[in-house]
Amino acid sequence: MTRSTWLRLAPYLFTLGFFALWEIACRALSISNFVLPPPSAVWGALVQYQKPLYTNAFHTLWMTSLGFALSIVFGLALGLLVGSSKLIYAGLSPLLVGFNSIPKVAVVPILVIWFGVGWLPPVLTAFVISFFPIVVNVATGLATIEPETEDVLKALGASRLDIMTKVGIPRSLPYLFGALKVSITLAYVGSVIGEQNASNLGLGNLITRASADFNVPLIFAALLVLAVLGVFLVAIVDVVESRMTGWAKRSQLSNA
Amino acid sequence: MTAFVELHDVTHVYGGGDGPPAVEGLSLKVKDGEFVAIVGPSGCGKSTLMKLATGLQRAKSGTVIVDGREVVEPIKITGMAFQNPVMLPWRTTLQNLLLPLEIVQPHRSRLRAHKAEYVARAEMLLETVGLKGMGSKFPWQLSGGMQQRASLCRSLIHEPKLLMLDEPFGALDAFTREELWCVIRDLHAQRGVTVILVTHDLREAVFLADRVFCMSARPGRIIAEREIGFARPRDLDITYTPEFAAIVHELRGHIREARAVA
Ligand SMILES: Nc1ncnc2c1ncn2[C@@H]1O[C@H](COP(=O)(O)OP(=O)(O)OP(=O)(O)O)[C@@H](O)[C@H]1O
Ligand SMILES: [Mg+2]
Repeated sequence: MTRSTWLRLAPYLFTLGFFALWEIACRALSISNFVLPPPSAVWGALVQYQKPLYTNAFHTLWMTSLGFALSIVFGLALGLLVGSSKLIYAGLSPLLVGFNSIPKVAVVPILVIWFGVGWLPPVLTAFVISFFPIVVNVATGLATIEPETEDVLKALGASRLDIMTKVGIPRSLPYLFGALKVSITLAYVGSVIGEQNASNLGLGNLITRASADFNVPLIFAALLVLAVLGVFLVAIVDVVESRMTGWAKRSQLSNA
Repeated sequence: MTAFVELHDVTHVYGGGDGPPAVEGLSLKVKDGEFVAIVGPSGCGKSTLMKLATGLQRAKSGTVIVDGREVVEPIKITGMAFQNPVMLPWRTTLQNLLLPLEIVQPHRSRLRAHKAEYVARAEMLLETVGLKGMGSKFPWQLSGGMQQRASLCRSLIHEPKLLMLDEPFGALDAFTREELWCVIRDLHAQRGVTVILVTHDLREAVFLADRVFCMSARPGRIIAEREIGFARPRDLDITYTPEFAAIVHELRGHIREARAVA
């Protein structure tokens, strides 16, 4: 086989290998199902509980996507604002860092007090946990525009808005997508935390209920579904990224 | 004839503080339609002069007047080409050329409706610099020299009255450079634009310019001015005549003095 086919197969082989190792370890060390169920038991739970897993996974996907969409919109807007002005950058950065240092689990009870139990707390938790990387990256993309590039436009009498739309936004797109890949997984963490504490639906809620029943294989099955959803969404971001910012990778290649 | 570009006793300090000035007591007049070259030691403030004349930098003291008006903000009648080509990598070469049209009026409001006309103009410009059919390539798919030519086209597309060229050929090989000298020479002859060219290459300055200014080491000022009397249109062959060599030699002397003082 050629190197490129190996490269294409590598993700699948490594994943299979991981599960095989896990299965072998569980059997060889005869680990109890209550501690660490082997993949075969997790698969069994997946099949047995496919209906609740399916509906709850769909709900979680919704919560995550909503929160993620919110953080793209707000993150982008705030990032552009912060990146375009030194004054705002200086003023807002301690606030932003301070805000980001708060553990988001601690915010969930407040959200419950404000909005009650339901779909809002998971969405908002997903949002608050995932928008920070977007703000930072977009602001960095804007703040690092080469002065020469700005000069080209300024010498033509371009307004600040022109410079933003012609250079700032396209240039910060690769930074945005870099952030999106981090953010989307964070958004999952957020929505699951929200569901665990403040919702009657979703994988987070399913996990809480399963752990009350000591149904460890079901917990693992739910975690597995989360992982697959995460891989899936990152793959979507990847595809969109290569469509929109292919120039960034290729131009680096050509410089190399 | 009155001056088209005039700098009068200009002093500029970067950062606006009390640091050492980049240029000090800089005065210079360029006539309408004239081709002027500026030479001087590295770091003497040539690029600074360009930025002052186009309003990209505001002088600490002194006045800058272009086309009868004092320059207080970036002026819109210039085309600029810099030492590095600064193309936007996410746009094709053609889209890069169209960039000034998306900003400068009246093209800005006409662009959408008259796209085909402008694209044709851009493609013609590309052809004059020997980049025919390269419009659909991305800048990073072009060689350094090709990018430089494209950047030259971009500075011309909106038909500016003033063309500022900051070492546009610095990174090119000798043959390409001479070819582009001829391109610039012809553009200047056809359109009657006023050109200010910063260069390190004295032969380039003497071949292209009506007048050559020498600058002192930092803080930069004009220390010598030389009329170049060769008749236009000039042929590349004049660069091998003894008269040409004598002028280049004389200018070299000025630069050497400027460097020795520093
Ligand atoms: N953005 C800046 N901030 C601070 N100092 C600067 C800046 N740009 C230039 N300078 C200083 O001003 C002086 C003049 O710079 P300038 O770029 O005008 O030189 P130059 O004549 O164009 O040089 P070269 O021929 O090498 O391009 C230099 O000594 C440089 O250190
Ligand atoms: Mg320079």
